[in-house]
Parts: sequence; structure tokens; C-alpha cells
Amino acid sequence: MVTKPLTKNIDMSRPPLDIAGYEANEGYQSLHAIAKGLSPEDVLQLVKDSGLKGRGGAGFPTGLKWSFVPSGDNSPKQKYLVVNADEMEPGTFKDRLLMEGDPHLLLEGMLIAAYTIQASKAYIFLRGEYTVSEQALRKAIKEAYEKGYLGKNILGTGFDLDIIMHTSAGRYICGEETALLNALEGKRANPRAKPPFPQVSGLWGKPTIVNNVETICNLPGILTYGVDWYHGLTKGNDHGTKLFGVSGKVKTPGCWELPLGLPIRELIENYAGGMQDGLELRGFLPGGGSTDFMLPEHLDITLDYDEIAKVGSRLATGTMIVLDDKTCPVGMVGNLMKFFAHESCGFCTPCRDGLPWVDQIFRDFENGLGSEKDLQILHDHVTYLGPGRTFCALAPGATAPLGSGLKHFKEDFEKHITEKRCSYKH
Amino acid sequence: MSQQVIASTAKKARKLSAEEIAEIEHEMTLYPDKKAVGLEALKIVQKYHGWVSDESLLGIAKYLDIPVADLEGVATFFNLVYREPVGKNVILFCDSVSCWIMGCEGIKGHIKQQLDIDYGETTEDGDFTLIPVPCLGDCDRAPVMMVGPDLHRNLTPEKIDSIISDYKNK
Repeated sequence: MVTKPLTKNIDMSRPPLDIAGYEANEGYQSLHAIAKGLSPEDVLQLVKDSGLKGRGGAGFPTGLKWSFVPSGDNSPKQKYLVVNADEMEPGTFKDRLLMEGDPHLLLEGMLIAAYTIQASKAYIFLRGEYTVSEQALRKAIKEAYEKGYLGKNILGTGFDLDIIMHTSAGRYICGEETALLNALEGKRANPRAKPPFPQVSGLWGKPTIVNNVETICNLPGILTYGVDWYHGLTKGNDHGTKLFGVSGKVKTPGCWELPLGLPIRELIENYAGGMQDGLELRGFLPGGGSTDFMLPEHLDITLDYDEIAKVGSRLATGTMIVLDDKTCPVGMVGNLMKFFAHESCGFCTPCRDGLPWVDQIFRDFENGLGSEKDLQILHDHVTYLGPGRTFCALAPGATAPLGSGLKHFKEDFEKHITEKRCSYKH
Repeated sequence: MSQQVIASTAKKARKLSAEEIAEIEHEMTLYPDKKAVGLEALKIVQKYHGWVSDESLLGIAKYLDIPVADLEGVATFFNLVYREPVGKNVILFCDSVSCWIMGCEGIKGHIKQQLDIDYGETTEDGDFTLIPVPCLGDCDRAPVMMVGPDLHRNLTPEKIDSIISDYKNK
């Protein structure tokens, strides 16, 4: 039985499987199942039943998202599928593995998603720096066209699909789905107001679904092996497997496909080999730079969306950044603030002006110039840049490590003020 | 610097080359709207010239018949579109959180020392330009950086020295 549907074909010591190799390992079976008579409604029901949640960070149920796309004769004829392959969340390195390691899995998933929402055009929005992913995907797309799996009237279904590679040119904000749509339309990547949501009015005003790479890569398994199999994969409350990563000063950093629901301890201590010799675990960001710090006392919490939410953080991308006891927490949060300040699109004032202010205060702390008043200003920004106060989720994302860092590493901030220096520097 | 931010309309649009036009025309078949091709066209021009000059930007705007200001807005938004000349090899240096924890500041210091350039600068011989880049998504092999299209992982000062000499000799 398949237990690692996302990575079963991945072996980074060789090039990814070509279409023949991929098919020999049960690839594209979902497409043949569709050709044998699965309707878009059938597929939508399967995806809803699977309980798949988006793997890009927000964790929104995929089937529900798709169901908002208008269907039927009165709906706009042109609909779009867009794959968000703009992986740029600090500390996140999972979509790269999928695209470099098994590009046909993404294409098969895209066929399923596009068929369900009846989109005849799909764009892969790939970050420009992912040059190896680009080559792997371009080769796979060419093979899929040659085989008749892309193009017109695929396998006699009457369904057409063109997949177009769009390589982007930087900027973290492009990962925000409405900013991504603006970028794809050739505009500055400022986010759009919601509503209307992209499902109704997205790319060029047409119904559009934007899904993350890993989300899409879950689909072939669900159709090929069934919902019951998918539900059997998990060890927790949420369904399926997920890519989990660990970076920072652990013995064996890496990225692994694991069932949801394992204790965090198992990921950090067994898979990542625990902390490097002489170092202690101080805390960790569970799912990239926009998540709240968790502490060693949380190690027995399971890798589930809801379980991690209960302690005030988010599973998000599932790629953990580990803080050790010899690395300055103030410096780590400061590094993240510099990132978010730099990557603000500049559209709304709290984010454009607030984040550089926060960044400057962290630079002052680093140089021994921090004061109690600065600390209060940082606390104020956690509120003023929080959810509902800004145009998109970038600044609220920044407040996650900021607010939790201020709370959990209070003594380190205080020490920077009283000692007028960073005591982690020798 | 500031006077160069908006492409001066006093300058003359450059006539795009046949190769550039062929590639831009191909992109136009992939998007329903020619404005969407603007960024693609900037990247195509940059591929041939290393950067996007005012003359090139005006040439693209003219060819696609889109407002110069809109195209400049896009060109200056995206960090991988270069509006100033860059060296033969652009170093995209990751200084995001995982690389920071793994000591990228020391690596950057070493590059700075070896090449005598800081962020945004180009070596005198024109071989290298150093630019920071958001998280390169290879955090389990931090610190990392790109030189041109190539990713380099698990960086050490010794590795930097050999990477620099490899590209110098290319």
C-alpha cells in the first residue's frame, strides 16, 4: 500500500521520472478514471470527502474553495487554475522538492483540479529563482502534450487544458493569491480587495482557483487510491500526509513526507536528529516565518492544524525553523522583521511604515541602543499591524513571530536594554 | 540614482532585436492581454543584455503599446528585473532566517572581503554583483546563495573562494 503519495517517486540522486516511468508507477491513472466517466461533480465530492486542506499556509479546505467557482451554462466560459509555486516563506523548502523531484505529479494534480472547475487554461506561477524546477516542469509539460494528456479533447473527454509556465521575478508578496493574480496580469503585485474572491472574479476577472503546489500534489493519490485510503494515512485529526521540514541547528536538517498527527518531538528528535551537540532547543516556528514561536514544552503536541492552533500558533507550511540556546532570539526575530519590512509591497500604510519602524528598533537593540520605550513601541505594533488592521496578511504574519517572541523571550529583550549590547555575540 | 528611476521619455526607444521580438511574440500567444507580457518582455530583454536600460524599457512599451509609467512600475517592483547594469555574474545571497541562524553573516563578510563589494555593488572588473534575496527555499542546506542560475549550498568561506574562482575562469 502506498504510504507516501507525495514523494514515492522522488529520488534526488537521479533525474525525476519521465512520463513513461511515472505511468509505470501508477501515474496518470486519475486521468484515465476521469476519461472513463468521472464527472467534475464526482471529483469535487471526492476531494470534499477527502478532507484535504490547503498546504500553502492557510489550511483552507480545498473542496470547499473549489465549490465557490460558479458552474453551469450561465457561468463565465473561461475559468482559470493557477498553481502558486512562488515558494518564498522564510524557512520553507517543500514545494521545491516536489517540483524538482516529481514534476508529473503536479501536472496530474493540475489536470484533476482544472477538470473539476472546468478551467481550460492553467498557469504555474513559479518563482524565478527555481531554475531547476522550471527545467523539470517544462520537460514534463512537453511530454504530457506529446502523450495527449494536455491540449485539446484530452483522452476523448471533450475537456481541453493548456498549462503555461510563468516564471516570476521575485517579491514575497506574490505568494498572496490576489497579488499573484495582479503579477500574472503584468501589474505591480499589490494585493486586491476581497471580496470579490478569486473563485468568482480572479484572473482577468474570470473565476480562478489558486492552489499551492503541495495541495495539488495531494490530488492524484486521492483519485487513484480512494478516499478511504487517504483517510487511513493520517495519525491525527487532519487527513493525508504532509511534507515537514526542519532547518536550523539540528543534526540532520531535511524535508520528509509524514502522516499528519505525529508528535512534533518525533519530527525534531528522530527525523532531524535532535539538536547539534552542545545546543539546547529554545523554541521553534512551526510553519515558516509567519507563525508564532512554540516552546520545548510543546514538543508533544501533534502535527495537526487544530492542535497547533490550540496553543496559539499555526501548522502553516509545516517547515519548522529551530532556535537553539546559543542563537539570539532577538536577532532571529529582527532578521524576520527585516525580511517583512523589505518585502512589504508598500500599498497600505501600517505595513509600509510600521514594519521599517519595527526593523529599525531591532537594529537599535542589536547595537545596544534599545530602550523600554522601544519595547512598548514593538508591543504596540503587534496590535496595530495585526489581523484586520492591514490590507493583506503580510504584516499580520510578521506580528506572529514578533508578538510571540516578545512574550517568550522577554528576558532577552530586557537584557539587550540593560547590558546595552547583544550578549550572544562574543 | 533618483533621476534614473523613471525612464526618461527624452531618451529614444531602442528598436528591439528580431530574437527579442520573436520571444515576445511567443509570450503573447500565452496571455489574453498584452499588458501581461510586459514583465515577460523585460525578462527577455534582460536575458540578452544583462539589464534593462531606459532605451530598452521604452522600446518594449512602444512595441507592446502600453504606458511607459506602467511598465516602469512593474520593472521597479520586481527585484529580479535590473534597471542598472550588473556584473557578468549576479550573486543572489540569501540572508533570511534559516541562513541567518546557520551563519550567513560570516559568509557575507567573507564575500565582501574577497570581492570588495557590498549589497547593490559590482566588482571593478565587472565579474560579480552582490544582491540580497528572500529565502531561497533550500533551508536544510543553509547557508545558500545563487550565482546566475546556479544554486550553491552549505556555504563555507573555503567554498566561497572556490566558487569565485570557478566563475572568474568561466
